[in-house]
Amino acid sequence: MSKTEVQLDRRKSPFYPRQAELDRLNQWHEWKGYRSADGFWEMDLEYFAQRNSAGVFDLTPMTKYRITGPDALDYLNRLVTRDMTKIKPGRVAYAVWCDDEGQVIDDGTIFHLNEGEYRLCSQERHMSWLQAAAIGMDVRIIDETEDICGLAVQGPTSFSILKNMGLHGVETLKPFDLMALNFHGAELMISRTGFTGDLGYELWISPDSALHLWDTLFEAGKLHHIRAIGTHALELARIEAGFIAAYIDFLPANVTVRSGRSRSPLELGLGWLVDFEKPNFNGRRALIEEKKRGSTWRLVKLDIEGNKEAHHSYIYDNKKGGENIGFITSAAWSPVCKQNIALGTVRTPHGKVGDKLYVEIYYQLEMHWSRVMAQATVVSKPFWDPPRKRVTPPASN
Amino acid sequence: MKTYDAIVIGAGHNGLTNAAYLAKSGLNVVCIEKNDYIGGATVSRNLYKDWFYSNCSYVVSLLRPEIYRDLELARHGLQVTPYGGGTVFMENGDYLGSYPDPEVHWREYARFSRADADAYERYSADTMRQCRFIREFLLRTPPDPASFKPRDLRELAYLGAKFFDMGEQRMYDTIRFWTMSVAEYLDEYFETDVIKCALSGSGIIGTALGIHSPGTAYVLLHHYMGEVDGNMGAWGFARGGTGAVAQALAKSFRSYGGELRTEAGVEQILVKNGKVQGVALSSGEEINAKVVVSNMDVKNTFLRCMDKNDLTEEFYNRVKNFKIRGSSGKVNIALGGMPTFPALPKDSPLLDGDMHFIDSMERMERAYDDWKEGTWSKDPYVDMTIPTVSDPTMAPPGKHFVSCFVQYCPAQIEGRDWTEEERQQFGQTVIDQIGEYSPDFKSLIEHVEIRTPAVIEDEIGITEGNIFHGELTMDQLLFNRPIPGYAQYRGPVGGLYMCGSSTHPGGGIMAAPGCNAAREILFDLRRPDITPVNFGDD
Amino acid sequence: MSDNYDAIIIGAGHNGLVCAAMLGRAGRKVLVVEANDQVGGAAITREFTEGYSVSACAHLLYQLQPAVKKELGLKLDVAAENMATVALSAEGQHLRIQNDRVAGVSEEDAGSYRAFHKRMTRFADLFNTFLNKTPPRLAKDASRSDMLTLVQLGFDIRRLGRTEMQELLRLIGMNIRDEVVERFASPKLRGAISLDAVLGTHLGPRSPNTVLTYLYRLAGAKGQISQPVGGMGAVSELLAKSARHYGVVIRTGMPVKKIVIDGGRVGGVETNSGETFSAPLVVSNADPKSTIMCLVGVKNVETGFTRRIHHIRSNGNAAKLHLALDRLPKIEGIEDHEYANRFVIAPDEGYVERAFNYAKYGESSVKPILEISFPSVSDKSMAPPGKHVMSAIVQYAPSKLRGGWTEDSKSDFLQVVMGTLSEFMPNIESCVLASELLTSADFEKQLHMTGGHWHHGELALDQFLFTRPVGGAQQYAMPVDGLYLCGAGAHPGGGVSGAAGRNAARAILKAEK
Repeated sequence: MSKTEVQLDRRKSPFYPRQAELDRLNQWHEWKGYRSADGFWEMDLEYFAQRNSAGVFDLTPMTKYRITGPDALDYLNRLVTRDMTKIKPGRVAYAVWCDDEGQVIDDGTIFHLNEGEYRLCSQERHMSWLQAAAIGMDVRIIDETEDICGLAVQGPTSFSILKNMGLHGVETLKPFDLMALNFHGAELMISRTGFTGDLGYELWISPDSALHLWDTLFEAGKLHHIRAIGTHALELARIEAGFIAAYIDFLPANVTVRSGRSRSPLELGLGWLVDFEKPNFNGRRALIEEKKRGSTWRLVKLDIEGNKEAHHSYIYDNKKGGENIGFITSAAWSPVCKQNIALGTVRTPHGKVGDKLYVEIYYQLEMHWSRVMAQATVVSKPFWDPPRKRVTPPASN
Repeated sequence: MKTYDAIVIGAGHNGLTNAAYLAKSGLNVVCIEKNDYIGGATVSRNLYKDWFYSNCSYVVSLLRPEIYRDLELARHGLQVTPYGGGTVFMENGDYLGSYPDPEVHWREYARFSRADADAYERYSADTMRQCRFIREFLLRTPPDPASFKPRDLRELAYLGAKFFDMGEQRMYDTIRFWTMSVAEYLDEYFETDVIKCALSGSGIIGTALGIHSPGTAYVLLHHYMGEVDGNMGAWGFARGGTGAVAQALAKSFRSYGGELRTEAGVEQILVKNGKVQGVALSSGEEINAKVVVSNMDVKNTFLRCMDKNDLTEEFYNRVKNFKIRGSSGKVNIALGGMPTFPALPKDSPLLDGDMHFIDSMERMERAYDDWKEGTWSKDPYVDMTIPTVSDPTMAPPGKHFVSCFVQYCPAQIEGRDWTEEERQQFGQTVIDQIGEYSPDFKSLIEHVEIRTPAVIEDEIGITEGNIFHGELTMDQLLFNRPIPGYAQYRGPVGGLYMCGSSTHPGGGIMAAPGCNAAREILFDLRRPDITPVNFGDD
Repeated sequence: MSDNYDAIIIGAGHNGLVCAAMLGRAGRKVLVVEANDQVGGAAITREFTEGYSVSACAHLLYQLQPAVKKELGLKLDVAAENMATVALSAEGQHLRIQNDRVAGVSEEDAGSYRAFHKRMTRFADLFNTFLNKTPPRLAKDASRSDMLTLVQLGFDIRRLGRTEMQELLRLIGMNIRDEVVERFASPKLRGAISLDAVLGTHLGPRSPNTVLTYLYRLAGAKGQISQPVGGMGAVSELLAKSARHYGVVIRTGMPVKKIVIDGGRVGGVETNSGETFSAPLVVSNADPKSTIMCLVGVKNVETGFTRRIHHIRSNGNAAKLHLALDRLPKIEGIEDHEYANRFVIAPDEGYVERAFNYAKYGESSVKPILEISFPSVSDKSMAPPGKHVMSAIVQYAPSKLRGGWTEDSKSDFLQVVMGTLSEFMPNIESCVLASELLTSADFEKQLHMTGGHWHHGELALDQFLFTRPVGGAQQYAMPVDGLYLCGAGAHPGGGVSGAAGRNAARAILKAEK
């Protein structure tokens, strides 16, 4: 019989040939079996491209599932915590899904492509869970990760670039809108979504047209300072935007081995995504119970004094230390906010907005380690949240 | 007549571990071994030209790292190198690989089913959760649930607390895991038959049960709860073969002043007034000691080496009914070169891993049906490794040593002894099965050693050649192992102890029984406990 | 049309009826809706050919809980009481087993059996107290009464004394084969005990766990077997009468289409004919899979729970053979009066194991095991004067037969069964006037039980006590407010015992407080 041998090497995205041409750093890591760049030319400047002009990030390794069938809406509505009946075709929903104990398995975006036809996009893979959720339902779930590749075009000039490409209608896209159009014979899907908390779009196309899309995009963006960026730059932007990431700020509940290491959406500050009015969804009973009883953990956004990044720091409720009340999961100096920022997890009742906490920071300068207890204020808003993110049509620049 | 503080009968890895701890504590210890080599089933022997055969146990994972470190086995020459990967060759010409790289592994499983590829993560997490739970108890003495002693109550409470720490739903999952069959356990994760088949082997290795028999999910743990350098579930080869483990333990034992005597088989354990006095050797010589520790399985210890009058009838019957069943054989082969496996791509990393030639759940179960009828599996489950791929010391350059662990192989054929012809046929069954997938395998064979349970029993002494010194069924685990009321390493007469794999936590090159028994002996002698504690959460 | 009730019970199986009667007795307004025209579910009597009646599924009574009888004041007419078991031998060297006595074996075996029986019934009695309780939750925040139940369990086991406690803890996970081989020399005795342990399950005597199923069989009546006048249907009629006495309304011929659920709570049921009945409580006597997958609908429950329900093993293996007989068949060495006994065909434990081998691969046994009775011998109402009926449970005939159950595969299997019978009853073929063979696939269709499994889900340690039907739902309440389970799929399991129905009713009444 004929068989396909498994590929032993890391996969390459369809955009890889262009990325390889741009690559000066030769710094790659693995993301779901793909080669994914830490950066291409200068990581700090890549970050600024995102905030100042436009950064292009390769989203291809994102896991994509197409969900169709008569029960697709009922299916998704039971799967995720938010009310999917409110998400009309042409809209995208950020959503989170839980197990029966109300613990977060993952978050992701759900694209309502056409009536009854959805695409679920997430960092992790979930076919096993999605199929379990389909027991007794008439839905079809197809993993189309390799059939669709994607680019995130994020930053203030992203709109102008797309307009320059001749993508008509893009000016009407409001945040979380999506549209499909013909791109030289291929279907190009554009959504006004992103992971940077700024004006930006995500473009989705079949691998055959990948390089053509890349070339057209970069040609159109030439005068708008378009730049390819790597994960390092994106990671910084996502912390500024206050977004959480799996395996960094939380662990998918289905892979935790120790008890108490998973988190509920309420504990991750995603209570706004939980619709208790819905009659049933995975985790509803547990979350109602948690709401009654009170959560154990709380995710906090911290504005930390000084400029020493608080990586992996313990959090205390007083300057003297004592027993820690939590720990930092993501930390960065924000170049655009000029703030020392972090996401962390603390035990309730600590961590209310406005609380003054302390983080224990160890830092090293010229081989010497120092320790500082820095005051950290719990803030409610994302650290970076420019109005241009919301304006429709966006300003041209 | 020589007198010692303690005599350890049997220089298997548990006997040596036990002896080493007793010697380390300052006791005058002799470890006696009936064969002219040490190690028992933890052995590598030069049986043909320049080949060294790990002709019983063949891979290392369970060896408790606490003991490895504590007895300074690295300093005494032990070196364990992890190996990765595995292959199931399929009848249709395809194969299922298992790769150490999780992404490649995912892609391989995804060739058969995406859902299965994704489910593997949950399967691993759930299985690891059970491993973490059981690992807590490996270096602890099981409590006696019928006792009201503070020590037992405390230990029971500890066990209960660890259980309740898992959380409600996971406790139910744990109850199910301990009681269900490996086939049913896998059904809850995977849909692809060959994937289930590949994973199910670990549920039956060394046991007289089929993949559909309740209780086999637990047996998985005896293949997952080990580690190599903190990588839970990883397996490795000891450089020089598994015998190197015994050699290192022996060196460690000697370094603490212990005395090792080979070719000193025990005829009888001497008892007077309900207390052990020492042992009588087959040679007629008697050795005296107030403490006698048996590394032999319980049947050998009590039925063969003790006077029935020194035991109560109830105890005697329970030992008699303790289940040690020969269910596996070994075929060890010296090859003149590396065999080829046309199904695999050239230079596939899978050649470094273990290989299996049975590809469906039905074939796995039917292999067991043969055993139930008192014969060896005609289409057996073979776990084949070629340690010489990574260990240059076991065969001349370019040549290879192949270890085939074979499930199932009974101790007797339909209730009578094996004939020589049947033994040869058994070996041929295995070689033929491999030959199906490797056309040049047979022509490369230089020497074959075929070991049925009876052969292993004759040579090593283990009843029915059982790798675990007793079935790992629920009625013989934890406080039931080996016998209810005697799970704390103490025998029925004063000063007599058990330290072999018949005791908690069971077999495999784990060394935990030997270490745990030492703890109890030192406790009884009112000496400080020098046995190591669990490394803790990992 | 819409009627209001305090509780609606779906299915008039014996557990449904017990639960209804108990709730009725407590003053609740209860409606029972039954899909079939007859009450009783698997405990029914049916005329399978003109003039010949038989207990069409379960055929002997050995487990009806004394507590159920007492609380509902049931007075059952029995045609045969404490029936002996005859382990048939083709050569006429039969064994006769009754209570702790066995005849036809060596003195030593007889003695061993006495000791074995004594120990087993003692364990079964202890076991039985737990079959009549709601299994506790295992959780740090479990209720006081749950904790008390757990402590009680520990205490009861300890009270056995050191040796017996050790023996129980050892035996509970063991297989019956090792136990009988250790104790008895007689192959037929080994076979007969093995048969008792595996009847109604997907297990062979070598499967660990079969001591548990053996104990389960002994719980309730210490293994004493009786045959009710009018067959098992009479038990159901009696239960229905008791329920009606307490004001319960029973409607037959009324299949339920779905359980109405609104805002995460049950509101009642809707029948196939479109009628709806409202009640704040719905209790399902159906098996857990049918209840959740078909009646509730997975969108009303959560994914993890669905997955657990989906994985419940319920592959039935027990077929039923009904023969209308012109006369009683000849059995070498059996006197006429002895035909009132129960007969088993299981010559040795290896035979039983080999019969099971086939079931593992989706095949039916080539040499099946049988449990046989001639109900017409003790109860003349079952057959025309002078004529007889035979009722036999035949194993193994897996519900998921490779290739499915067709007329052909059924008639093949009938041949096999008749062949086996002929070895012990040489003239059986010539006595037969009419026959009926029902496989678990037929039971699935007729009785709406998934897999046609007696216990609505395999009776195995991993589906027992805390994890029956699934972990987290062991206290009869399902994860939809107002929904309960009262059938064999819930703790403790099947058999005409009424335990599940009674426990469910008690759990419901307790929750209302």
